[in-house]
Amino acid sequence: MSTATKTPTAPDSRRTPSRAAQLLGDRRLPVVVTATLFLVMYLVGLGRYQNYGFGEPQVFLNLFIDNGYLLVAAVGATFVILSGGIDLSVGSVIGFTTMLTAWLVEKQGLPILVVIPIALGVGAFGGFLMGYVIHNFEIQPFIVTLAGLFLFRGLCLIISKESIAIDDSSVSSMAQAQAQLGVGFLSIGAIIALVVLAIAFYVLHYTRFGRRVYAIGGNEQSALLMGLPQGGTKIAVYTVSGFCSALAGLLFTLYIQSGDPLHATGMELDAIAAVVIGGTLLTGGSGYVVGTLFGVLVLGLIKSIIQFEGTLSSWWTKIATGVLLCAFILIQRAMTARKKT
Amino acid sequence: MAEPRPVLEMTGIVKEFPGVRALSGVDFRLFPGEIHALMGENGAGKSTLIKVLTGVYPLDGGTIALDGQSMRIDSPFQAQQAGISTVYQEVNLCPNLSVAENIFIGREPTRYGRIQWSRMRKDAAELVDRLGLDIDVTAPLSSYPLAVQQLVAIVRSVGTGDSDGAGAGTKVLVLDEPTSSLDRDEVLELFRLMRRLRDEGVAILFVSHFLDQIYEICDRMTVLRNGTLVGEHLVSELDQVGLIQLMIGKAMDQLEGLHEHQLHAEVGETLLQAEGLGRTGGVAPFDLEIKKGEVLGLAGLLGSGRTELARLLFGADQPDSGKVTIGGKQVSMSAPNDAIGAGVAFCSENRKTEGLVPDLTVRENIILALQAARGWTRPIPAAQRDELVAKYIKALDIRPANPEARVGQLSGGNQQKVLLARWLITQPKLLILDEPTRGIDVGAKAEIQKLVVSLSEEGMSVLYIAAELEEVLRLSHTIGVLRDRKLVARIANGPEITPTRILETIASGEHQ
Repeated sequence: MSTATKTPTAPDSRRTPSRAAQLLGDRRLPVVVTATLFLVMYLVGLGRYQNYGFGEPQVFLNLFIDNGYLLVAAVGATFVILSGGIDLSVGSVIGFTTMLTAWLVEKQGLPILVVIPIALGVGAFGGFLMGYVIHNFEIQPFIVTLAGLFLFRGLCLIISKESIAIDDSSVSSMAQAQAQLGVGFLSIGAIIALVVLAIAFYVLHYTRFGRRVYAIGGNEQSALLMGLPQGGTKIAVYTVSGFCSALAGLLFTLYIQSGDPLHATGMELDAIAAVVIGGTLLTGGSGYVVGTLFGVLVLGLIKSIIQFEGTLSSWWTKIATGVLLCAFILIQRAMTARKKT
Repeated sequence: MAEPRPVLEMTGIVKEFPGVRALSGVDFRLFPGEIHALMGENGAGKSTLIKVLTGVYPLDGGTIALDGQSMRIDSPFQAQQAGISTVYQEVNLCPNLSVAENIFIGREPTRYGRIQWSRMRKDAAELVDRLGLDIDVTAPLSSYPLAVQQLVAIVRSVGTGDSDGAGAGTKVLVLDEPTSSLDRDEVLELFRLMRRLRDEGVAILFVSHFLDQIYEICDRMTVLRNGTLVGEHLVSELDQVGLIQLMIGKAMDQLEGLHEHQLHAEVGETLLQAEGLGRTGGVAPFDLEIKKGEVLGLAGLLGSGRTELARLLFGADQPDSGKVTIGGKQVSMSAPNDAIGAGVAFCSENRKTEGLVPDLTVRENIILALQAARGWTRPIPAAQRDELVAKYIKALDIRPANPEARVGQLSGGNQQKVLLARWLITQPKLLILDEPTRGIDVGAKAEIQKLVVSLSEEGMSVLYIAAELEEVLRLSHTIGVLRDRKLVARIANGPEITPTRILETIASGEHQ
């Protein structure tokens, strides 16, 4: 049989989109946009507040120190959103972890090295349960994780209605430990957050599990028909998110050195905002965990700039976040609209 | 085709859904190195049989043997492991991933758990090459048109079945209506790939609505009707007329009477009068008159403004000139509600996206428009509702005759009937049917056409839009011809009007 056939590949002019459309269609574009935005914001900050010490390397490193817990939570949320789901329980699990940790350390006198695996296990198990319910009973993740949100927040208050300060010396020394980098230092929390980011990147791009997360987010029905174990993947995704939330809770405990039933209220929304600003599609299947890093950094930089401005109330953080979120969702819309045609 | 042993043997297959027996005791066999067509009307059980074979539906009775070995198939994954791969009508791949990933996902080459991207791309490129295709495997799937995605789906299914993905693991390849959205060149490319795989010894099960394609590519066919086996034939021994008779179970000539009948039918006084009605970018201003009990057919090429004209008469698009009077009263036509209030009903050509709610039951879908016309504050009494629904299910012969069945599970023809029932129940004066027979099988087409004739006999006016001129001619008293978004002619139907005459009018833009 002759193999002479028309070639349905890109060089075929009829099928080649214009350069602009191609650029708009590149999945890396949103990450580049966010990274550029971060750079521009940083340069503007430099111009405005250089005399106030904005240019100090430590100001930059503080972005990681002050937002390490958010980065970890947002990495977990990235897995969930890539798979086409949503996890609203993040903030409550963080709050619960701070309470559980503080209570176990202060009231029960357990050493912190024993408490850490317990807290991580509880968070991961909570995520596993939510994933199990979502998959086995085919319930919207929105509702299931909303239930998780209330459940974990309620459990906080079961432990104690008051906040519990942590005076344990090993916790304090852990919290104050610094890794010197020459120009500045990073806290343990910041380093852990960066390690989590690196692991997440490897898992998402170099393991079968990671690719299944993308596949399910792209088209769940197809993933099923392609013979992929989509159920297990979904449960695993929520387990990862639960684990990351618990780890974020531990970092938050270190950062703030207390447990409080109202800690991290609404932080799931910050995490989701960071993921979306980082260029991950809310519909799933497209995005990069590196984008999430830039999303978190942009949110952190907004806070820093508002602090340096001095006269602005902290609510301007929310306003700026809202405006950015709107802008990025419109960009997402422009990208997906192009793909349909 | 004297193959010694079939690669696949399905015996006495039974599959039941709540209230429906989709398959009752179907036998099916497939030989290596053949392309085998599975034929039948919509709802005959083709899709169900395929889904049972590929593990999407569990089996309620019967046995499946692959290579002489009896086996159970509980999931699509298991079916793939056993060497049965499927390509569905809708491309079931992940558009957000690259072509190479789509081919290999689930069995990517790994070393110590790490995906070897370079090897995967190389293997994918080799596989694509071996099958004589020219596709850049690193590009995202969504950058390719549907036809190429379809080919990628086949490449994937050929590669599945053995863990290292080198190919040749697939014994049975199921193609469920892969050609429905391809153009002629794309179909030829698909056929070329199919022949190539057949020559490599793969058994291919092919489903298509296009009879010509079946006769072009298939060696053997199995015919189903109403969930039962009608027979297995060599394609060379059964002609198309014979095949259609087997599929619908009765002769085709019953439609012939309709035309004669319509030519002699009487129509009443004017029902709808449109003067200078038009919309920029839609249809140029036109005058139109529809009489009571008249069937007005619209003929014209795709995109000539047929649907746009109908949408104006329904208020779905707002006219920017002209006026409409229905039954002597002027109607504003600023929204569909005005038209519905004046007794106009509109069956959209996109029954899936603009008409039916697939997750609701047949009963709920049928009752929707009537309830809307009454307003939500006045629910229809349950007894009256059930009686109405039962009446229309019977009158239109909707199968399954179960008001609680979910509409999404019905076949295309039956979905169309549900949509019709919804509007008929409101007893409209004018029924607009936009491509009511598109995508449904021969038998259901005939039934819908007969229904139009009997409705017009009862005094209902019908605006009938169809791509097939024969259909328009058969049913219409008057034919409106559209060309380039303009109503160019109105022709009274008669024995001397033929499809050729209409085509001449469409081509020249004037009627002699």
